[in-house]
Amino acid sequence: MNWEYESPRKAYGETLIALGKEREDIVVMDADLSTSTKTAMFGKEFPDRFFNVGLQEQNMMGIAAGLARSGKTVFASSFAVFATGRAYDQVRQSIAYPKLNVNIVATHGGVTVGEDGASHQMIEDLGLMSGLPNMRVIAPLDSNEVRRVIRFVAKEHGPFYVRLTRTALPNLTSEDDEFEFGKGRLMRDGADATIIALGIEVSYSLLAAEILKKEGYDIRVINMSTIKPIDKDIIVKAAKDTGAIMTVEDHNIYNGLGSRVAEVLVENYPVRMHRHGMKDRFGRSGKWNVLLEHYGMDDKGIAKEMLAFLKEVKK
Amino acid sequence: MSSIDPEKVKELKRIANDLRVWSIKMIYRAQSGHPGGALSAADILAVLYFHEMRVDPKNPEWPDRDRFVLSKGHASAAYYAALAMRGFFPEEDLLTFRDVNSYLQGHPSLMVPGVDMCTGSLGQGLSAGIGMALAGKMDKRDYRVYVLLGDGEIEEGNVWEAAMTAATRKLDNLVAIVDRNKIQLDDFTDRMVELDPLEEKWRGFGWRVISINGHDVTQIIRALDEAKKTKGRPTVIIAHTVKGKGVSYMENTAKYHGKPPQNEEEYERALKELEEERRKI
Repeated sequence: MNWEYESPRKAYGETLIALGKEREDIVVMDADLSTSTKTAMFGKEFPDRFFNVGLQEQNMMGIAAGLARSGKTVFASSFAVFATGRAYDQVRQSIAYPKLNVNIVATHGGVTVGEDGASHQMIEDLGLMSGLPNMRVIAPLDSNEVRRVIRFVAKEHGPFYVRLTRTALPNLTSEDDEFEFGKGRLMRDGADATIIALGIEVSYSLLAAEILKKEGYDIRVINMSTIKPIDKDIIVKAAKDTGAIMTVEDHNIYNGLGSRVAEVLVENYPVRMHRHGMKDRFGRSGKWNVLLEHYGMDDKGIAKEMLAFLKEVKK
Repeated sequence: MSSIDPEKVKELKRIANDLRVWSIKMIYRAQSGHPGGALSAADILAVLYFHEMRVDPKNPEWPDRDRFVLSKGHASAAYYAALAMRGFFPEEDLLTFRDVNSYLQGHPSLMVPGVDMCTGSLGQGLSAGIGMALAGKMDKRDYRVYVLLGDGEIEEGNVWEAAMTAATRKLDNLVAIVDRNKIQLDDFTDRMVELDPLEEKWRGFGWRVISINGHDVTQIIRALDEAKKTKGRPTVIIAHTVKGKGVSYMENTAKYHGKPPQNEEEYERALKELEEERRKI
């Protein structure tokens, strides 16, 4: 496909600068990863509103809470593994419980972190954050959507978790598209089965649908940027229309997109479904695209998984 | 050193005594709560809310108010009593402490008027205090931020992250007070984790350190004055206290860290002893 690739992290940094120019109350924090998360871009522009606290993710979340309690709109960034894992209790007690204006924007979500290996590949964050009352969870599918999502969470009251990936993503939406919070997006229509995907896996799912088309299957692809609250209607409609649903995510198949979709289906319109992603295993080092291939999460792997699933469904 | 009005000292002592009485009443009625650390912190809370801090009970969210974070959130009974006596909410509500229909949650929550930060999971309050102090400097507001920590609490690593950062940022509008009652839930602190030399630790982290008797209101007032005069770094007041202060059978034991008086007799005895204390003021 003729896609234009763009770094979601850079889009984040640029949007922070734009917001910083518009609003005095925007404050940005980081924990010694600002050149990677791109919050350094904001820091350079607004040194007085940028707090890089060093290697103190827990302290960062607590300080973010104190700033928010004093009227600031805070963006706190780190890698997903540290922002949600290392600082989970601080996020729970000091941000989610008091419902403060802290937007946790974590980069490096999923196994596509690559060479750094399992210690840095966060595949549990969507579950950790979705389990918190008051917390809303978004994983934008491309850099254009990153810009819209960052603007959205900046104007909404209360905490958000926004998950970004390390790698560049193809822009599947245009610059003037709108972000609909809590709404899935139909990326490709189809009648035989549905893939519901997240983040980086959306483009691979679209490519997989092309492969499956050659096999004679007409596959619907839905992007589910908002994990919480999840779009019940689009899931139930897909179940009714296509009768089989597969989820694909760069995340553990437990507690992420697959689990959320399963909850909706079981409670509303049970059809056969299959969860694809990291199957309850830690990742390993390797180039991000090689890893996707390794775990069957690239286009060919997704197509193969879907074919096996369809075979099972038709028995 | 400027002299402190003896009548003011007496009044603060009476208020601290009231906070202790309320704590015992609240915890006994709820049959749940943490008397030991509430009683040890009562004098500090009395001085903060009835002498030191600039607050307006009619406008609890006043942007220029001084902030207080009870990082040792389990001392909530004494804290709520201080807020109620200061006029943030009716005193009679104190006797709904920990009830399902009450806003007076077991640990400080933003549901409670006057509470600046929810706490309960130990080790996080100083970080929140840093955020408030940074915001104050950014907004050029002259409010001050006070954070009360337990000595057991400072075993948490997050406290020392915060200690380093507060000094790095030269937050002279931030004051930490350590309620050094030497006992935590399970045992004496020095049998769990060696905290001493505590003063040297904080000094090494870049703080101004003042050690006082945390039950002497005059010393508390003077230490807070000293903190105000300290520029370019944060101040920590190590308040040496007695766990369970004022109720003989609760003093210097871990037993009443998180347990109410065990029966009517213990309850009456606690109130009687506190009444006797009051008469001596």
